[in-house]
Amino acid sequence: MKLDSQIIQNIRADFPILEEKIYGKPLIYFDNGATTQKPLCVLEKIEYAYKHLNANIHRGVHYLSQKATEAHEEARSTIAGFLGATKREEIIFTRGTTEAINLIAFSFGEAFCQEGDEIIVSVMEHHSNIVPWQMLCERKKMQLRVVPMHENGELQIDAFRRLLNEKTKLVSVTHVSNVLGTVNPVDEMIRISHEMNVPVLIDGAQAVPHIPVNVQEMDADFYVFSGHKIYGPTGIGVLYGKEKWLNALPPYQGGGEMIEKVSFEKTTYNVLPFKFEAGTPDYIGSTALAEALRYISEIGLDNIAAYEHDLTAYATEQLSAIEGIRFIGTAAEKSAVISFLVGNIHPYDIGMLLDKLGIAVRTGHHCAQPLMDSLDIPGTVRASFSFYNTKEEIDVFVAALKRVVGMLS
Amino acid sequence: MLSINQVQDEIIEDFAQFDDWMDKYALLIDLGNGLEPINDQYKVPQNIIEGCQSRVWLTAELDGEGKITYKAESDAILVKGIVALLLRVFSGRTPDEILNADLYFVEKIGLREHLSPTRSNGLLAMIKQIKLYALAYKSKMG
Repeated sequence: MKLDSQIIQNIRADFPILEEKIYGKPLIYFDNGATTQKPLCVLEKIEYAYKHLNANIHRGVHYLSQKATEAHEEARSTIAGFLGATKREEIIFTRGTTEAINLIAFSFGEAFCQEGDEIIVSVMEHHSNIVPWQMLCERKKMQLRVVPMHENGELQIDAFRRLLNEKTKLVSVTHVSNVLGTVNPVDEMIRISHEMNVPVLIDGAQAVPHIPVNVQEMDADFYVFSGHKIYGPTGIGVLYGKEKWLNALPPYQGGGEMIEKVSFEKTTYNVLPFKFEAGTPDYIGSTALAEALRYISEIGLDNIAAYEHDLTAYATEQLSAIEGIRFIGTAAEKSAVISFLVGNIHPYDIGMLLDKLGIAVRTGHHCAQPLMDSLDIPGTVRASFSFYNTKEEIDVFVAALKRVVGMLS
Repeated sequence: MLSINQVQDEIIEDFAQFDDWMDKYALLIDLGNGLEPINDQYKVPQNIIEGCQSRVWLTAELDGEGKITYKAESDAILVKGIVALLLRVFSGRTPDEILNADLYFVEKIGLREHLSPTRSNGLLAMIKQIKLYALAYKSKMG
């Protein structure tokens, strides 16, 4: 199904916030890489769950508790299906991508890492996929190794091969760069790593909203993403892990839910997935996230990918007419992200003025300071699209950018 | 010389003549472009006020009459515009005047968003640093 303009108009009607006026101008929301807007069905699900399904889950004997438990566990199954996981027990709820990576950095580190070992990340990682590993490296006296990239924003796979060695314990790379939009060849990187028996974590925060993902086909050992970047609520995220790995890891946090039996002499832990879910889980968030996944699955990830690809190509072409524009990230495989600079104008100045025209873009280092350092730039202006954006919005954006650049030059 | 509040009222009036945000920002850009660049010798790490997105360098000197001259610059033009306004308000004043000043013009001209405590351009940090210089010179003067 091709997402034509009529379908897109119907989709836009599902997102109430797109009707907002900013400084009296219609909102043009191009900051989808930071967070996405929520369709009515997700908002209604949250309200419905609080009105009709709210009771603490799992251990309650009463009716409401069982209904809430069913909804939460059904959400787990929906997510397992969405990612193509073998088993629902391989889906762990977290607060987001960041917490999921921290969980693995801690638990995997405890189980498998020793002084002198190495972890590999890439130069284009978000701070969330750098700092937890640095903390592990500090704790265990290990080394963090970094895969470099080519000028166009593609990772140097040859260099990656050379970095892998018998000391490498884990590879953690992003599926899609939040700054460059590069879609990394994760299938190939996983295959190469597995040849050395090294497991791989894929940061899918910027991938799952835009392209179809199947963790089994990819053969990822761990795959993580955030609910709020895929049209779901904030505060909920997902860690997928192969059962054999998750079973081999110690718990991350202690508390309720994650125990089997507690005594002051010895506590035994619950089975998967509960072993990693200490405390009352966000069962409202999980059901709302499942609703978001159903919503975009109905539109179809292939359709979304095709539409957003067109949109990004159109935007790139229109923006190219602006004198002095420099695109940061020109990989052959790109997602719906365009980072750019114009002449010597500071990204902050462009972002502030676009805002006054109702256009929301992101400026700065995008939580990827090492990447900015490697490119020797202070930051970029980033426009990141969703399927609810249109070519008409891009026309308004390009005209606004021309005006802003004129004022600042 | 006008008082700090008189200067603030002047600035508020300058901005009040524009209804459109883009015109207000055009004025800020003009002010930024008019800001005297500081000597490269001052652009050193210890003079940097770290905002999240743009860098600001700020220095201060006390003259023979007990008044503080501030010099500052930024790599973003809008921030330079704000810097120009702050210097217009604070530069050439005594430490007491600076320390006792009630800064209201930022709010009045609608730049309050710049005061957001996180991920802002460091305007709050700039004002704090301006006052810290004043405090330091005041204690030095005894």
